Amino acid sequence: MSYIKKPKFQHPDLQVNDIGLTRRDYEGTLTTLCGGCGHDSISAAIIQAAADMSLAPHKVAKISGIGCSSKIPSYFLSKSHGFNSVHGRMPSVATGANIANKDLHYVGVSGDGDSASIGLGQFCHIVRRRINMLYIVANNGTYGLTKGQLSATADLGSKTKSGEESLYDNIDMATLAIELGATFVARSFSGDKQQLIPLIQAGLTHKGFAFIDVVSPCVTFNNTEQSSHGYKNTWETYVSLSKVDFVPMKEEITTSYDPGHGKTITLHDGSVIHLHKTGLNYDPSDKNNALKHINQHKDNGEIATGLLYINQSASDLHEIQATVDKPFNLLNNHDLCPGNEVLAGINQQFR
Amino acid sequence: MRNLPQSKIDTLPKTNDFVVKFANVNGSGSASANNMFAKAIFRMGIPVSPHNIFPSNIQGLPTWYEVRISEDNYLGRREGVDLMVAMNEQTIKADIDAVLPGGFVLYDSSKQLSNNLIRNDLHYLPIPLKDICLKEFDKPAQRQLFKNIVYVGALSALLDIDFKILTDMVSDQFQGKEKLISPNIHSLELGYQYASETFKCPLPLKLKKSNKNKDKILMDGNTAIGLGCVYGGATIASWYPLTPSTSVVDAFAKYCKRLRIEAGSGKNKFSIVQAEDELAAIGMVIGASWNGARAFTATSGPGVSLMQEFLGLAYFSEVPAVLFNIQRTGPSTGMPTRTQQGDLLSCAYASHGDTKHILLLPSTPKECFEFAADSFDIAERLQTPVIILSDLELGMNEQICDPLEWDDKRCYDRGKVLNEEELEKIESYGRYQDLDGDGIPYRTYPGTHASKGSYFTRGSSHDANAGYTEDGDIYAEVMDRIALKFKTAVKYLPEPEAPDIKKNSLGAIFFGTTTSAIQEVLDSLAKKGISLDTMRLKAFPFHDSVSEFIDNHDFIYVIEQNRDAQLKSLLKIECNANEEKMISILSYNGVLIAAKQIETEILASLDQAEKTGDARA
Repeated sequence: MSYIKKPKFQHPDLQVNDIGLTRRDYEGTLTTLCGGCGHDSISAAIIQAAADMSLAPHKVAKISGIGCSSKIPSYFLSKSHGFNSVHGRMPSVATGANIANKDLHYVGVSGDGDSASIGLGQFCHIVRRRINMLYIVANNGTYGLTKGQLSATADLGSKTKSGEESLYDNIDMATLAIELGATFVARSFSGDKQQLIPLIQAGLTHKGFAFIDVVSPCVTFNNTEQSSHGYKNTWETYVSLSKVDFVPMKEEITTSYDPGHGKTITLHDGSVIHLHKTGLNYDPSDKNNALKHINQHKDNGEIATGLLYINQSASDLHEIQATVDKPFNLLNNHDLCPGNEVLAGINQQFR
Repeated sequence: MRNLPQSKIDTLPKTNDFVVKFANVNGSGSASANNMFAKAIFRMGIPVSPHNIFPSNIQGLPTWYEVRISEDNYLGRREGVDLMVAMNEQTIKADIDAVLPGGFVLYDSSKQLSNNLIRNDLHYLPIPLKDICLKEFDKPAQRQLFKNIVYVGALSALLDIDFKILTDMVSDQFQGKEKLISPNIHSLELGYQYASETFKCPLPLKLKKSNKNKDKILMDGNTAIGLGCVYGGATIASWYPLTPSTSVVDAFAKYCKRLRIEAGSGKNKFSIVQAEDELAAIGMVIGASWNGARAFTATSGPGVSLMQEFLGLAYFSEVPAVLFNIQRTGPSTGMPTRTQQGDLLSCAYASHGDTKHILLLPSTPKECFEFAADSFDIAERLQTPVIILSDLELGMNEQICDPLEWDDKRCYDRGKVLNEEELEKIESYGRYQDLDGDGIPYRTYPGTHASKGSYFTRGSSHDANAGYTEDGDIYAEVMDRIALKFKTAVKYLPEPEAPDIKKNSLGAIFFGTTTSAIQEVLDSLAKKGISLDTMRLKAFPFHDSVSEFIDNHDFIYVIEQNRDAQLKSLLKIECNANEEKMISILSYNGVLIAAKQIETEILASLDQAEKTGDARA
């Protein structure tokens, strides 16, 4: 826990966004993670992303599991409700919350231990159920809070600080999400805010299950030259398949994109993702192509990042189940209770 | 057909007071025929209680349906069978052995009965069911299924069941499927005709129309729970299939599809999610309840074992949750299709650390309905999980009970939840502050107010403002406040039922389905000059009157359906009850406790007391 209170001082000339809030309004409590932890960069990216797109903080619910990763919802959006649940079970809590109120943005934050091991089952099923949310895995290949055991995302041969070597194949959360039917899958690096922020914004806006696997090095236990999730290895091996810009719906689109220089994807609310053309000429709308590219890069010892896959035509659980427009948590007696006369009729069927 | 020996024992005539048991092979279509038999008796105004004793299997294993008929309204189980419908060759020896001397055996005489199955103290009712159906029907499935209907027709003649009631039931059941009505009625007639031509009908066992079931309904507890959830405002059910709880969600789904469709849009005011396991099922309930919707899950013992960690989270972070535990025989997989009250302790204190949970203990389908609806009010008022402990006996068997009622003036009690205007007025908000001194803090739903009322829910230790803390004193303060909340809880829970306490020296405490045997025990003991005061528990934590009841009696029989006397332990822990004065009567063989066992054990203990001067046997 933090023993230092965060100062409330605010610079008078701090810029305000469209809804009159400053960046400070999107912050949380002071971090208690180790200095240099990748996870703090993820918090900062979420703060920046939400502030820049003028998201109303109270219309966001933050849900996490257990572990270093799952602490971070404390460190951003203090005006949002948060729920730090139990280890590996964030997906079920987020599912229930989402069914109860379809009108909020849901941000789930989990780690590789939380989602790829103890919670792998729940992860698979939340993808299948197409819960409308942004699910971020802060992926460092290690169990930080219990002092550096290997996790299931550590690559074969990867070594932790204590010298423990990963003897088993890793689980790739991004390919898993694509195979299970996630409709927005990205991978990024906590050290590359320019890439991460627009991906977070696009993920928050995408209708359906949006997943971002963020390589986020653990400076204390898994940042050696031999660890697949360390800063050195990630900087050297990550390849951006596509450079992304996010333009919120409200903003007047001032930048004009030459069709020859990339691809523009309009999200359901009118926001726009612009994919800059890279030498790879990558098409994220093709599921099989996405899997092929990710695996090819892996074979070359590289980490494919950027927007890996997007499918705009899919529905979310509320659409699949044809739920009413009004959020369930606003339905009252009048909406829900059939009354005594109906019950009298039901009794009659049991006579 | 060879002549069977005449029974050497005459049957005492019995009207509206006997037991008929059907021994079948599961998957043979006997269930609906047997249900029809029980329901016809119900419609004749005669008290009747059917009990399914079925295997954890889909096809081919033995299954029984035991129907007790009792003009005196004794609806518990009675041991001994007066008429056995012996349709299963695998079990026929044991089934015939179970018939009381002077009783009857109806069997399929298409095949000769072997000599070792002939008892000279029984009456045999041979009916060539297979041959009749082979002759009358062409399709193999019909030949199999209608054997069951033929024996119901025969029973109609043998026991004097109003034949019109049976034919009306067939017409009701197959409304819209007219093709099925005539072969069913034809089968009933075949059986009726054969029996009345072959045997002296009615038998000395017979039924006579009565008026005991006026206004009553015949319903199973799980259906009543499903309906109670609809009436109680549940919008979300997440669950994992598990016998004997599955029919709770089936019933909820069925009534939602009928009663919860939005007029105009045709959209659903409910969501049902079949979860990947019970952990996810309770996780969704907690997420939904945290976000202000009414949600529940239904499971049985193995599911509750998996939900323990989440129940502790909901207890400590004070999130409402409703869980129906339809208990079955444990431990482990146990006997999945048999009944038990074996999860009392594991539910009262589910999860690690100091935890405690609200339990509701229904004993009739009507109470299943009421407690289901009430549980959402209680969970939201107290911001904690509520576990409704039913069991297989109550959940999956039809019982006669009073009709379900709903007070149209009733409004849901959503508990202490601050809305936007209320938040606007207050200066500061602390999620776990005890402003009213009752231990119950104020909640807010996510998304309520732009700048006030947000907080961080966590299972780690927290202070009154929901901030993380490792300060032991602050942790202890929170734990003490939650303990206070559980003292407050008692006033929101149904009080125990203790009808006219006569200050006897002997008392009996019990709950749930054990209740079905009690009136019979009391009446029988009264004839022997023994009287008992009784207390039926309806909820945990216990009301003060429970301690008083124990204090005011010299000896208390604690009657329950498990091996380890779990209720006795709970009374000892929670009421500081003197163990010396509590005498356990326990049943744990997987079937409903019978009055006879209770009476025998009470008499034995009194007999022993007379010899030793101490009622403890």
